[in-house]
Amino acid sequence: MGGHTSNYVPTSRWGKWLDERLPIARLMQSSFVDYPTPRNLNYLWTFGGILTVCLLAQIVTGVVLAMHYQPSDAGAFNSIEHIRRDVNYGWMLRNLHSVGASMFFLAVYIHIFRGFYYGSYKAPREVLWILGVIIMLLMMATAFMGYTLPWGQMSFWGVTVITNLFSALDTIYPGLGTAIVEWLWGGYAVSGVTLNRFFALHYLLPFVLTGVVGLHIWALHVVGQNNPTGLDIKQPSDTVPMHPYATAKDSVGLFAFLILFAWFAFFVPDYLGHADNYVEANPLVTPPHIVPEWYFLPFYAILRAFTSSFLGIPLGQYAKLCGVVAMFSAVILIAFAPWLDTSRVRSAKYRPIFKWFFWFFLFTCVALGYLGSKPAEGIYVIASQIFTLCYFLFFLAVMPIVGLIETPSRLPRSITDDVLSKGGTGLPTGATAAPESR
Amino acid sequence: MKKHLSLTLLSMVAATVAMGSLSAEEAGHQEIERQKWSFSGFTGQFDKAQLQRGFQVYKEVCAACHGLKRVAFRNLVQPGGPEFPEDAVKELAATWPNQITDGPNDEGKMFERPPLLSDPIRGPYHNDNEARASQNGALPPDLSLIARARDSHREASWYIHPFLMLGDILNAYQEGGANYIYALLTEYSDAPADYKLTDGKYYNKAFPGHQIAMPPPLSDGVVAYQDGTPSTVDHYSHDVVAFLSWAADPSLDQRKRIGWQVILYLIVTTGLLYLGKKRIWKNIKH
Ligand code: HEC
Ligand code: HEM
Repeated sequence: MGGHTSNYVPTSRWGKWLDERLPIARLMQSSFVDYPTPRNLNYLWTFGGILTVCLLAQIVTGVVLAMHYQPSDAGAFNSIEHIRRDVNYGWMLRNLHSVGASMFFLAVYIHIFRGFYYGSYKAPREVLWILGVIIMLLMMATAFMGYTLPWGQMSFWGVTVITNLFSALDTIYPGLGTAIVEWLWGGYAVSGVTLNRFFALHYLLPFVLTGVVGLHIWALHVVGQNNPTGLDIKQPSDTVPMHPYATAKDSVGLFAFLILFAWFAFFVPDYLGHADNYVEANPLVTPPHIVPEWYFLPFYAILRAFTSSFLGIPLGQYAKLCGVVAMFSAVILIAFAPWLDTSRVRSAKYRPIFKWFFWFFLFTCVALGYLGSKPAEGIYVIASQIFTLCYFLFFLAVMPIVGLIETPSRLPRSITDDVLSKGGTGLPTGATAAPESR
Repeated sequence: MKKHLSLTLLSMVAATVAMGSLSAEEAGHQEIERQKWSFSGFTGQFDKAQLQRGFQVYKEVCAACHGLKRVAFRNLVQPGGPEFPEDAVKELAATWPNQITDGPNDEGKMFERPPLLSDPIRGPYHNDNEARASQNGALPPDLSLIARARDSHREASWYIHPFLMLGDILNAYQEGGANYIYALLTEYSDAPADYKLTDGKYYNKAFPGHQIAMPPPLSDGVVAYQDGTPSTVDHYSHDVVAFLSWAADPSLDQRKRIGWQVILYLIVTTGLLYLGKKRIWKNIKH
């Protein structure tokens, strides 16, 4: 894959035979063994590997759950209880899968914020970044449909609220929204029919996701990894071979992450869920608060920030439409970051002003998450509106303007220079360049 | 630019502090007190004797109105639960007042029969309508999942909230439902003078809205314990809530036991991998 040529040498006759017909071992070796990685990567770079493991874990636990699950109005809730109570280690599978979805999002959000801080979205990594946004959208769709499957009260009312959003299109063309909503539902209300199609899609999308992840990694291996300095790789001593260097670090990161994962799955499996989802779906009883899973809360807060007015601007009949458009744009906008940011310096380490805005943006997202979990009333609405504005201003004002007015601090000449100038007595260059001679 | 930034930050802080004081005001409503449970925290396990007493309370009091349909009689024998002797449970099933509808028989008729070990613990009503008809229009919910299907929330200002959350996660706190049901069973009282109580409802501080259709089910002495545990509402409530917590999460004991093995394995492996990584990177400044 990409700019790095393989130095794979088959060690057996069979290996040589295969290499001449399907050089898959060569591909693996050049992509994951002697692929050059920047030597200064920190633990934030282990999240790509962690995400791959999360995806595989969701597929494995999901396929086994699907063997015991029944996607029907009458059967769904009971089949989940059957899994929890009667299937051997079913409780474990279920906890791993539902906690796994949360861990997947935790990892992906860290991965994305890493990209924002170190400018990983900038040229030449635009396509890689856009593929990432597509992955996030697919994950959201998958998780949303997955959450309907247990067919509890929160499942049922969550789908009802979210699918109903499309009816906002009625304000553009009467009947359009309603038609779309009924098409999504497969009827005039959310029912077992809806559940059944969501299950089909929930089974399908992870494999589409796997395909897009393949493209993401391909694009990565064409342009190479970014690194904490944001500098391009300029000389061989800037890099180390992926194996054993990056792989050793990745496995530490992965196992540390699995400790957190296991803690949630075994000790607080229901902490991230909602008690109402242990009540079977009932179209006649609306729960007092309908809240989505935690990973959707910031976007939910943006959606609900558009009440009859937004920061004093009256919205009238378009309020709902504005909310829906804002929510979707909040995700889509991320894809435009490469062109919105006008600074040529990648890493926020060398961007004295942008750095502060980065932390404030992180705070904005957390604040929106908190607000999304609160009832939409009083001061919470006003705060949601302020932070929604902050969210969009980060992309539409901060990114373009700060890049133009900011004077970046002095950049190191190369990754090697930066690493060697770090405190303590640097080892002689000969020793540090050792990996190439091994 | 910096000045501008601190100004925005300041206004944000002001807005969030205002939010904080708001949620503190809301906190006026009933806070559910946290109880000590043998099964709470990351080492907690069920206490077999307590589950047995809890089942006795369920059988002698709650079963008059509530079913337990997701628990089968055989589950009462299984490890990690009350672990009654199998013969006693067979006997119990055979004499259970609420029979199982089975059939059709050779004549094509449905018939009622006593439950077997593999049958669910049925309540007195065949369906929700029958339940409502005999309970003044109120529906006594099936109790098999009730300890998971309820929760109790703590209100706190936004800047305290993250720390409470972290504390709960580290303490493996999962007993929100149990604490709520305990409060529900023990917080019946006379309605305050200014409270308008609907006919046929009872005042209960823990129940949302404070009026519930369930008459106070427990009073001192209604269940005669065999093991010397005092026959008080407080003990009955703790015991029946422990039993219901098991009913909603029968794999808790096994889950936490395996959990520790997994966590220890992961910690040791992470440590070893870290040492390996340090060694591999020893000669490379990074
Ligand atoms: C006389 C019949 C009766 C008995 C006996 C009874 N309950 Fe209830 N219970 C009800 C009814 C009716 C409701 C529904 C209340 C409502 O919706 O207002 C209810 C509701 C409940 C609820 C749900 C409250 C909520 O948050 O929705 C719980 C928990 C509960 N009962 C537990 C128990 C326990 C434990 C016992 C035994 C100690 C018990 N009940 C005995 C009739 C009864
Ligand atoms: C991108 C990967 C995936 C994500 C993010 C995801 C997310 C989710 C979520 C959030 C739930 C609800 C969990 C709950 O409340 O219990 C769920 C349930 C479920 N998922 Fe997935 N999932 C993924 C992959 C898969 C795959 C590949 C399959 C099967 C082929 C699958 C099968 C199921 C089944 C059967 C359920 C219902 C069981 C249950 O709710 O416990 N999932 N999923």
